[in-house]
Amino acid sequence: MTAPPLGDLLRELTPQVLGTLVRRYGRFEGCEDAVQEAVLAATVQWPVEGRPDNPRGWLVTVAARRLIDEMRSEHARREREAATAAEVVPEDVPDHDDTLVLLFLCCHPSLTAASQTALTLRAVGGLTTAEIARAFLVPEGTMAVRISRAKARIKAAGSTFALPDGAEREERLQVVLHVLYLIFNEGYTASSGNALHRPDLAREAIRLTRTVHAQLPEDGEVAGLLALMLLTDARRRTRTTPAGDLVPLDEQDRTRWDRELIAEGMGLVKAALAGPALGPYQLQAAIAATHADAAKAEETDWAQVHALYLILERVAPNPMVTLNRAIALAETEGPAAGLALLATLDGDERMAGHHRLRSVRAHLLEKNGDTAGAYEQYRLAAKATASLAEQRYLESRARRVGRP
Amino acid sequence: MKFLIGLHINPAVLDALTDDEKAAIGAGHGAFIEELKESGELITTQALVDPSQAAVVTVRNGRPVVTDGPFLEAKEYLGGFYLIDCENRDRALELAARIPDAAIEGLGVEVRQVMFADGQLEA
Repeated sequence: MTAPPLGDLLRELTPQVLGTLVRRYGRFEGCEDAVQEAVLAATVQWPVEGRPDNPRGWLVTVAARRLIDEMRSEHARREREAATAAEVVPEDVPDHDDTLVLLFLCCHPSLTAASQTALTLRAVGGLTTAEIARAFLVPEGTMAVRISRAKARIKAAGSTFALPDGAEREERLQVVLHVLYLIFNEGYTASSGNALHRPDLAREAIRLTRTVHAQLPEDGEVAGLLALMLLTDARRRTRTTPAGDLVPLDEQDRTRWDRELIAEGMGLVKAALAGPALGPYQLQAAIAATHADAAKAEETDWAQVHALYLILERVAPNPMVTLNRAIALAETEGPAAGLALLATLDGDERMAGHHRLRSVRAHLLEKNGDTAGAYEQYRLAAKATASLAEQRYLESRARRVGRP
Repeated sequence: MKFLIGLHINPAVLDALTDDEKAAIGAGHGAFIEELKESGELITTQALVDPSQAAVVTVRNGRPVVTDGPFLEAKEYLGGFYLIDCENRDRALELAARIPDAAIEGLGVEVRQVMFADGQLEA
């Protein structure tokens, strides 16, 4: 077996080393800096001097030394004894992986979703501040402030390095999954600008979700989220033309979908659906699986998709879910039925002027033969979106139905 | 999500303010900037010179023509902007409402989401 590339290895080890240090010394902020320095040292030294036999132990030792140096210079004499004592702590690196605990810490409820995302990518994902800043198209300084503020907040909240229990644990896991979902979406849906760095984010979200799944294999929602990501990512190559224009689901070249990812995702969905209660990620994964199951767009089992959206609407009511159900309903009962369901969303202020509502309405009007109405809705939807790719797509649909 | 908060000024309205009121606006912006820097939501902010110094460049028959129109008739001008990166639109609106200009009759604060961005980020 060949050794994994250095970047991958370090990314894998970083959260484990950080976990070990935080467990031992309890100060997240200092430990995080020390681990980053150790990783940097490894990047410089290993290619020259060769990889150590125990890379993880090497990183723990170097990071601990950096941390202790830092503690020394910080507190000089008063802390020296404590530091010396810390130095002789026996090698008690636990066998289990602390990544999950670290994820729970990064997704602390006192942080905003943006900060949770940034901190997760830095501490658990092992991405540098510059990489994260680039992925989110903000200056490095802005991202650095956000990350250090997030660390300070966690410290102020007095969080301990341990998995919470019972209901709190379940609640925090939901936050973790949501953050991973956000990271994936940021990577999968290019919202603006140069999208080069985005696939990295999607890949990273999948890797982290895999880690969580490995530690919580019984959790249906974790499996559901992983399946949802894999089944969605499987379509990546066919979602845009080489020029970067969007290709809708029913026009995608399904022979180019990634069969391996689909097979893995399908396996996870099957296992997850056998569980007791179904959560929103499992249901969305089941919907994605139904699409993946159809070799051609016409073969899609829309009745099943509609049924799944109905359940999803009950489990996690949200106007976006109703919107998606309208698409499925239009496929089973005709565009008029879909349009009638869309009409129920008009009073919802969360949807007022939303481009998704307008673009779905445009599609259904087009199917229903109302080209004038479709043209107007496509144009309005194009104006309302902040995504250039989506805008181009909607404008092209408007041109296709033709000005009345 | 990135938003541009445009500050629309009306020189006549600004001139009518007392010195204390003008100083309060300056102080208000200072505090607002500090707060955004600390939260990590500020990307950059720039203020523009007085509209009397503005020029409009057009190219006609391949030659650049510099004039002070055609916007001279407008009463409101873009006086400056904040470029922020925040959680969502609601947060952007909440921040915009805290800008001192928003509380002054005759001045306007406009919030628009950024759709495309490119170039050096180190603003």
